[in-house]
Amino acid sequence: MCTKAKWWLSLALLIPLFAQASPKIEHWTLTNGVRVYFVQANEIPMLQVRAVFDAGSARDPKDKAGLAQLFGAMLDEGAAGLTTDQIAARFEELGAQFGSGADRDMASVDLRTLSDPRALEPAVDLFSKILSQPTLPSDSLERERSRLLIGLAREAQSPAALAQRAFSRALYGDHPYGVDPAGVQEGLKRIARADLTAYHQRYFVGRNAWLAMIGNLSLSDAHRVAEKIMGGLPAGEPLPALATVKPLEKSVTKKISFPSTQSHVLVGQPGIARNDPDYFALYVGNYILGGSGLVSRLSNEIREKRGLSYSVYSYFAPLRVAGPFEIGLQTRNATRDQALTLLRSTLKRFIDEGPTPTELEAAKNNIVGGFPLRIDNNRKIADYLGLIGFYNMPLTYLDDFPARIQAVTVDQIRDAFTRRIYPDRMATVILGGER
Amino acid sequence: MQRTFLAILALLMSGCAAIHEKTLDNGLRVIVKEDHRSPVMVSQIWYKVGSIDEPEGLTGISHALEHMMFKGTARLKPNEFSQLIAEQGGRENAFTSYDYTAYYQQLEKSRMSISFELEADRMQNLALSAEEFAKEIQVVMEERRLRTEDQPDAVLGEKFMSVTYEKHSYRNPIIGWMSDLERMKVEDLRRWYARYYAPNNATLVVVGDVKPSEIFALSEKYFGPVPRRAVSAPAIPPEPAQTQERRTRVAAPAELPHIILGYHVPVLTRDNEWEPYALAVAAGVLDGGNAARLSREVVRERRIAATVNVDYTPIARGANLFVLEGTPSQGRRIQELEQAFRAQIARLREELVSEQELRRIKAQVVAQDVYERDSMYYQAMQLGRLATIGLDLSLMEDYSKHLQNVTAEQVRAVVRKYLLDTNLTVSVLDPLPIKAGQKSVPSGGAHVH
Repeated sequence: MCTKAKWWLSLALLIPLFAQASPKIEHWTLTNGVRVYFVQANEIPMLQVRAVFDAGSARDPKDKAGLAQLFGAMLDEGAAGLTTDQIAARFEELGAQFGSGADRDMASVDLRTLSDPRALEPAVDLFSKILSQPTLPSDSLERERSRLLIGLAREAQSPAALAQRAFSRALYGDHPYGVDPAGVQEGLKRIARADLTAYHQRYFVGRNAWLAMIGNLSLSDAHRVAEKIMGGLPAGEPLPALATVKPLEKSVTKKISFPSTQSHVLVGQPGIARNDPDYFALYVGNYILGGSGLVSRLSNEIREKRGLSYSVYSYFAPLRVAGPFEIGLQTRNATRDQALTLLRSTLKRFIDEGPTPTELEAAKNNIVGGFPLRIDNNRKIADYLGLIGFYNMPLTYLDDFPARIQAVTVDQIRDAFTRRIYPDRMATVILGGER
Repeated sequence: MQRTFLAILALLMSGCAAIHEKTLDNGLRVIVKEDHRSPVMVSQIWYKVGSIDEPEGLTGISHALEHMMFKGTARLKPNEFSQLIAEQGGRENAFTSYDYTAYYQQLEKSRMSISFELEADRMQNLALSAEEFAKEIQVVMEERRLRTEDQPDAVLGEKFMSVTYEKHSYRNPIIGWMSDLERMKVEDLRRWYARYYAPNNATLVVVGDVKPSEIFALSEKYFGPVPRRAVSAPAIPPEPAQTQERRTRVAAPAELPHIILGYHVPVLTRDNEWEPYALAVAAGVLDGGNAARLSREVVRERRIAATVNVDYTPIARGANLFVLEGTPSQGRRIQELEQAFRAQIARLREELVSEQELRRIKAQVVAQDVYERDSMYYQAMQLGRLATIGLDLSLMEDYSKHLQNVTAEQVRAVVRKYLLDTNLTVSVLDPLPIKAGQKSVPSGGAHVH
């Protein structure tokens, strides 16, 4: 249940919502400032809960990169006098599932429980204790730190992970988005227990928190359960805004030698924030360029016509401030120059010419027609509720969505790509072996 | 209290929607499960052909054919299948495993007929052009580089399978050996397609906001005209009983060592009443959550491992394995982790599992059954797998009931019978330094399109 790997991709897939059969969202605020989003869904006897905090890795101190991740790993290591073993055994005896993790923007803590009160009440009670009174024991800290360091070593043998890290660094430099949420060795080694307790005191407070719930509860029970889960947190203070992201001033190319049979090629630039006015034009445009799997232009040029890569894609990952715009592929070392040339020419042509009316029509058909699939189960809806809360999207976002997509024109896409995407000021990472 | 709680859970489960099925005259089996929570449906077509059926020299052909299923038919251009589904707002993909090849579409329910129309078309009219194959086999080789060649743990897994099975075709990777992919011809695929892609070798599974009668009618309309054909799948050579422990090492550029231990164990069959369930409980005792023995003792208390995983999936066409794998923590040696794994097995052989542990595992299994109902796709997967393996569909609901009946004595009995040193294969990854400029030393899982 941890949300560690492939976070950009998962965010990119989670973008739009629309009105057809859209769930009815109840919204209220606890006295300590926690903003609650609830959808009643009685068909399955379960409850899905997600607590979200403005405490992602972008908030990590510069010299302690990895703090948010390590805190997530430590959260269930003891609470309110209970040990790790007791917490694990209690959740598992109830059939409940617990998870925690952090991406660049948010720290999230998840609970899935049966909605029968015999399971729900004790599971929620334990979940609440973990959020409000974690022990964060020093003894566990050494173990969990060491496990995260092993995780970093695993990345160091993965060409895909190494390329992704180098890409973030090239895009963001010293901005907090430049460091992967998994942190760095020296940073993890510097973290002390006091950093974890300070993290908890500063970030796990009502005015810095959102709560998403979906499941088999009445509205009045939902009010009671929400209060029980997060009503005990102090109000605290919201965090200051993140620093904005500076665009790249010139092209940068980073070549990394690695003994792999394939080269991983990543090209991109800082993209857009969640609330960007060009969001819909860029989203629909990107669907056509590289966001639609096998039917995108990039896939057609590189995979379908020439068999150069198994996976070629592009995406915007909108974040609190400008998240990445990334184009990626992998190909055998001998063909990487050819693939990179095709990638660049496909992007350039798309910016210059924009999509055809036929392509735009097909894109709208897919995005609008496929919308019900994005909200067809409780887990997906819980994820959306967390996003709507955290990014302060309007509650009517769902209802407005199809009209926003339908309104996008060929001219708007070409205009947005021309103004926002700079093929002559991009970061390129090429990681691979000898040709 | 726990007893009552489990009883309540069992009651909750009995409300599951019924499973409807029908076999068309041409032999196509159609299975439907209603789920009316959202106006969507998933449709999956399962062919009973996978890497298990592949002879030496043609490994990877089922997966390569899966790729070619998107490259045009008598009436569709290459990739047009995907374009048509995308225009309907659909999502689609395909996957090949050891035991089967399956294709699926997820659609808003009013658009479902396109899925039937297009699948029926490519069941009988696949183009398989030499020109398209020449490109697509390159894509498959890139997929193999991505998933296997450049991933030391995957290289180890491949080596492990090829040693633990000496004769059974599970010894070959699903994606195929690179040397076989390099020599594969489009004619080979044409023969493979003609041999296995027939309605009488397939199962259609639909889950969603649908009526069984409308699905049966649509299946009849689109798949009904596809003629039945003789399918002659050769018998799979059984794996000879293992009589002594096997060991293998892989040296590859890597940062971390890794170890896999696997024992040959039985699969679920119509006659095998309790052994697979007892093995599933044994896997849960070891690795069924954070409170299970490996997490608690090997990761947290003794700090020998950074990660551990136990895998036993009793639903398979051929043989099966009970697998433990892990990565040692910093400063701990791979031998210590191997010893810890063996000691855990030895303990299961000697001591009875506690009532409390059994209760915890059973509670998790029953709750998991509830959670799985949140995903239509997952429900369709379960049905398709059971049908293709040839098991009773009632296992969808009965599986967890069978697990509820497992006793501590039965767990000890299966461990004593199967988890023996003479029946064990151990594979170890020895990390070589990762040096830029050196040649990579390459050598399983399901492969998606």
